[in-house]
Amino acid sequence: MTESSLMQATVQEIISTLKNKPGALLPILHGVQNALGYVPAESVPAISKALNLSRAEVHGVISFYHYFRDTPPGNHTIHLCRAESCQAMGGKQLEDHVKTRLGIDFHETTADGKFTLEPIYCLGNCACSPAMQIDDEIYGRVSANSFDAAINETEELA
Amino acid sequence: MSITIYVPCDSSAISLGADRVAMAIAKEAEKRGMAIELIRNGSRGLFWLEPLVEVVTEEGRLAYGPVQVGDVASLFDANFIQGGSHSLFLGLTEELDYLKKQERLTFARIGKTDPVNLDDYISNDGYRGLGNALKLPQTNIVKTVTDSGLRGRGGAAFPTGIKWNTVLNTPSEQKYIICNADEGDSGTFSDRMVMEGDPFVLIEGMTIAGLAVGATQGYIYLRVEYPHAHKALNSAIEKAYQAGYLGDDILGSGKAFHLEVRLGAGAYICGEETSLMESLEGKRGLVRFKPPLPAISGLFGKPTVVNNVISLASVPIILDKGGDFYRDFGMGRSRGTLPLQLAGNIKHAGLVELAFGLTLRELLYDFGGGSASGRPIKAVQVGGPLGAYLPESQFDTPLDYEAFAAIWAVLGHGGVVAFDDTVDMAEMARYSMEFCAIESCGKCTPCRIGSTRGAEVMDEIIKGQELNKNIPLLRDLCNTLLNGSLCALGGMTPYPVLSALNHFPEDFGLDDKANAA
Repeated sequence: MTESSLMQATVQEIISTLKNKPGALLPILHGVQNALGYVPAESVPAISKALNLSRAEVHGVISFYHYFRDTPPGNHTIHLCRAESCQAMGGKQLEDHVKTRLGIDFHETTADGKFTLEPIYCLGNCACSPAMQIDDEIYGRVSANSFDAAINETEELA
Repeated sequence: MSITIYVPCDSSAISLGADRVAMAIAKEAEKRGMAIELIRNGSRGLFWLEPLVEVVTEEGRLAYGPVQVGDVASLFDANFIQGGSHSLFLGLTEELDYLKKQERLTFARIGKTDPVNLDDYISNDGYRGLGNALKLPQTNIVKTVTDSGLRGRGGAAFPTGIKWNTVLNTPSEQKYIICNADEGDSGTFSDRMVMEGDPFVLIEGMTIAGLAVGATQGYIYLRVEYPHAHKALNSAIEKAYQAGYLGDDILGSGKAFHLEVRLGAGAYICGEETSLMESLEGKRGLVRFKPPLPAISGLFGKPTVVNNVISLASVPIILDKGGDFYRDFGMGRSRGTLPLQLAGNIKHAGLVELAFGLTLRELLYDFGGGSASGRPIKAVQVGGPLGAYLPESQFDTPLDYEAFAAIWAVLGHGGVVAFDDTVDMAEMARYSMEFCAIESCGKCTPCRIGSTRGAEVMDEIIKGQELNKNIPLLRDLCNTLLNGSLCALGGMTPYPVLSALNHFPEDFGLDDKANAA
């Protein structure tokens, strides 16, 4: 199968498992993003057809939610918290360091495709600020040094 | 005697290395040929001591912390499994001052039990509330909750019993219970701790709510930022189904209640109840007009109870011990306990559950131990990103819904974020406007446009440009947001902005408070 038909098959399988749930659109979008890393524009027609929605409605939902993305992320996604508690513990300085270290701004991916940087507004780890998440791994009391160490470790694991 | 060791599985503890410590303990025990039972408990909420390792001894559970991987071998060398002395030794967990001074009702089990072990839950008073509820007529369940004085812990503080009563009295063939677990407020984490540390208590609370109002389907709308809570909830729900605590015939009563977790997708606004229901229905999270109230026409147009995690998790103990028991805690019209979350620049950040009435100062200094940086605490934001900033002169305000309302502040979901004197309050005010702009659903104009204009005005103020024009403009804009917005996002963004301006005019380039007014 080509990459595109493989993608369509994955999307179809997710749709058929979930489409009968009440309010099925978000579960389906989560399913697609979990499987593919993003919600490709090419998956929208199949989703809208299955749920009897217009493509515009499905696109509108994808673009409304910060979490859903329509482009592939880098190998690893870093979510850096920008909220008040993290700011109170040097979050802004950490943000500057992270951007300099990776050479990218928020919503961007490094040129080598390794890391995508996204802002997040609270990971619920406010007692251990500043906080970040790399993929599913959560980090607390992050400093410039511990950020570098986490990045190096993530790169080695890859 | 078998050796039992507890290492928390709470995500904050994990963020400080708890998983690695648990692995190191298991390995070290194996290396030394010792058979241990390693239990991953919830967190006690003393985060400066996490990862907090506990061992079960004849005296009780002894604590060591904060433990890092490098400490594990030396703990074994010190015979910590029998309470051997070590530099990280803290004594009996229950005797730790921070914990001993608390009144834990909703958090009674958290940190003590294995969160996803149903037997552990039941043997620690779990499902007693449901047992009582099954024997009561619906109106009496609702009355018990009303009598307890419980008010919505999500922030709006609406009496839970009154909401339930409306749903009970609205006839419909289908009703819903929604748990709002979209804990988006920065500085708050009590919902997360409940879901990760005692998911059964939430399931039990929702089941009781379902019985009370005649709803057979529940949804937990969980934010996607909480993957550990997601796992714990799904695991607990599966076990509750297997044991007959959920399903078509709860404990042989013939009554049905089904429960499912649904994930949000990173939209702060979906913590607003009508936006949350739109999202559950598979739409953009646009805020709905009220009326109709969700209690009359909510999810899919049906009568719906929408309650916060803490509200629902407080229901089992109310049904177990009675409305009077719960109401006897607290002050004024704020009854029961509030799990407060101490965060930001604070030495002893953590979870403090206490009856209403403690002052902010007692919380910040007696529990929190002052700032983490050692510098003076300049401002405290209470109640999340839409809560007011309080200066030192207001630290003696008791933690009570009405007392906070009287000083134009909110208790909200009980999050308390401390800042030391290096904070620039004009920057914080700008951030509040920016946050509102990023998270606005876009339905109403004051919030959608006003927040962006607000951030722009704040940029000019921070640069010191035309303050005599821009400060009144900012106030005027806040007035529009305050009175013209559809929901609390636009309607309350002026709280942090104006409180920063009123209490800290010097940070806005103004000489004194008189000029700021």
